[in-house]
Amino acid sequence: MNTYDFKNTMSKPERLAPGHRMCAGCGGTIAVRAVLRGLHPEDQAVIGNATSCLEVSTFMYPYTAWEDSYIHNAFENAGATIGGVEAAYNVLKKKGKLKDADNFKFITFGGDGGTYDIGLQSLSGAMERNHDILYVCYDNGAYMNTGIQRSSATPLYADTTTTPVGSHSNGKMQNRKDLASIIADHNVPYAAQTTLLGNFKDIHTKAEKGIYTKGAAFLNVMAPCPRGWRYETSEIMDICKLAVETCYWPLFEVENGKWTLNYEPRKKLPIEDFLRPQGRFRHLFKRGNEHLLEEFQTEVDRRWEDLLFKSSRT
Amino acid sequence: MSIKERMSGNEAVSYAIKQINPDVMPAFPITPSTEIPQMVSGYVANGEIDTEFIAVESEHSAMSAAVGASAAGARTLTATSSCGLALMWEVLHIAASNRLPIALALVNRTLSGPININCDHSDSMGARDSGWIQIYAENNQEAYDNFIQAYRIAENKEVLLPVMICQDGFITSHAVENIELLEDEKVKAFVGEYEPEDFLLNPGKPMAVGPYAVTGYGMEAKKNQEIAMENSRSVILDVAREFAALTGRKYGYFEEYHLEDAEYAMLIIGSAAGTAKDAVDELRKTGKKVGILKLRVFRPFPGKEIAQALKNVKAVAVMDRSESYRGGGGPLGVEVGSALFMERVHIEAVNYIYGLAGRDFTVENAIEVFSEMEAMVTEGREVPQYQYVGLRK
Repeated sequence: MNTYDFKNTMSKPERLAPGHRMCAGCGGTIAVRAVLRGLHPEDQAVIGNATSCLEVSTFMYPYTAWEDSYIHNAFENAGATIGGVEAAYNVLKKKGKLKDADNFKFITFGGDGGTYDIGLQSLSGAMERNHDILYVCYDNGAYMNTGIQRSSATPLYADTTTTPVGSHSNGKMQNRKDLASIIADHNVPYAAQTTLLGNFKDIHTKAEKGIYTKGAAFLNVMAPCPRGWRYETSEIMDICKLAVETCYWPLFEVENGKWTLNYEPRKKLPIEDFLRPQGRFRHLFKRGNEHLLEEFQTEVDRRWEDLLFKSSRT
Repeated sequence: MSIKERMSGNEAVSYAIKQINPDVMPAFPITPSTEIPQMVSGYVANGEIDTEFIAVESEHSAMSAAVGASAAGARTLTATSSCGLALMWEVLHIAASNRLPIALALVNRTLSGPININCDHSDSMGARDSGWIQIYAENNQEAYDNFIQAYRIAENKEVLLPVMICQDGFITSHAVENIELLEDEKVKAFVGEYEPEDFLLNPGKPMAVGPYAVTGYGMEAKKNQEIAMENSRSVILDVAREFAALTGRKYGYFEEYHLEDAEYAMLIIGSAAGTAKDAVDELRKTGKKVGILKLRVFRPFPGKEIAQALKNVKAVAVMDRSESYRGGGGPLGVEVGSALFMERVHIEAVNYIYGLAGRDFTVENAIEVFSEMEAMVTEGREVPQYQYVGLRK
């Protein structure tokens, strides 16, 4: 895994078949397909899924888009559910009911609602118990499945249907939770943050690492939602790049407690560059709201400095 | 030769679990069921069983992990009580609708509030429409015997439903009584290997579990679940017959105690049936024709059979160890009343609420109930059709 082979990675057979009902240009779908490329072709998998857009759009009875075994249980219990599957695998192997050659890997997907919020306890428990799984959060920063309500992953001042901008409100009044750090502080073998970028080297590499690291692994993927963020669908790669270049969404990984910053922009762009193309932040660019942008920038800077500090420790 | 021992109800169920050697047990401690996961953890720590014990962080995760493990192809169980079962509530329905034959050792305890650790049936009765088979025990022996029969019922291809094996908190779970145990080999032979047809870890045959079902399919899924519950009726009796051949201990939907010629009957679930039997013994000495119908299987509900068993009595006291807060009685009161009406059995019926939050149910209480029914029939005494027994005045 030392050298990244783009052509080979991209020519792996798709494990999420076309014909599902996710929106055109959905960041979540792109993230899932990228993560599944981390699986070695000879390995089988069981995919878990919290209730989400992804779940209701990819497994609508009697059709499934999943080439591997798949289980959806409920909204808040994807961590516990895949932990149960992994325990079953261990005991069936021990009892000889599964042959040595039958290798299964366990990946579960949740949106930010199912992961940061209602499923946090279940996720935390599964991480602490160190099940041999990869939990992937496709973070689009709101409850998109129910119609763009705020979550604890929603950025400051975003306009959502439960934090609407109005004469007395500038959108969401709180900062977003930093879940990747919280999971890293569970001291799991692997925790990382990524998004959809360039030749996908970052997400492909991290997915493979997460899947094949023994023990609990967590991958937080920023997965833009054109409906909720209100940008032109075709601009998704630009949005992701701006999130990274403004240091809003840093790429990092934590392996057995060692923090590594995977990318440092040569010139950190102002946060306005990330916010401006998105309709959910339009109100921030009205005259008189400059202080809101300043506040946003201050928080981004503070978190970026903290990350630089963490990743500078040897 | 069976093994004669002395055990509590929790020990008896744990011993059955050890003999069955199931695959996965996610569980979370809650009084009074805590001893069961503790004992299973001990078996695991000493290499006595192969079970993967998952020390989950809540009962919600216990049932969630159980769903994952069972769907993956593992024989799965958990244990809980009271608020633990309430926290599982959402996932109980998911387990049943996914047709997963999970066993749950339930040690009945009242639901909060007020918070109280003692027995009543509000926990399992609250989950009565969750799609689980429910089987209740009077004592440690029945808890053990019911648990050994559980997987044979749940895993039957015509059933494939989860099963709740209930015993009364503390009264049964912690009281040490004599018990007859089966030899390990006999239990293993009776329960058999779990051979699921479709499961997540079936190599080369991926499957998907837990779909979004649009209105064009959802209703049929629910009806199929109901058919499975119907199918469990005969399977429960078949398994009981086989169990009787092995042990000599006979089980059905319910036990009739001096019901044959009874004029006054008491319908009751769980450990209090033992107390009621003592009352019947005393009253029979004085020539009173009284009897007991002790319900063992509450889901599926054997309404027709209950009505037929009661058709010759003059009055029945339907005893509920949980309150429905419907302004008119408990769950058994409703369901037995409905069964009598549907079978056109026209007898007097009084719904008594007893034993809530661990309140003792005494022989004197039972005698008081029988006397009241007799007075109602022979003297025409006005008796409320819904009332409490053993309540502080």
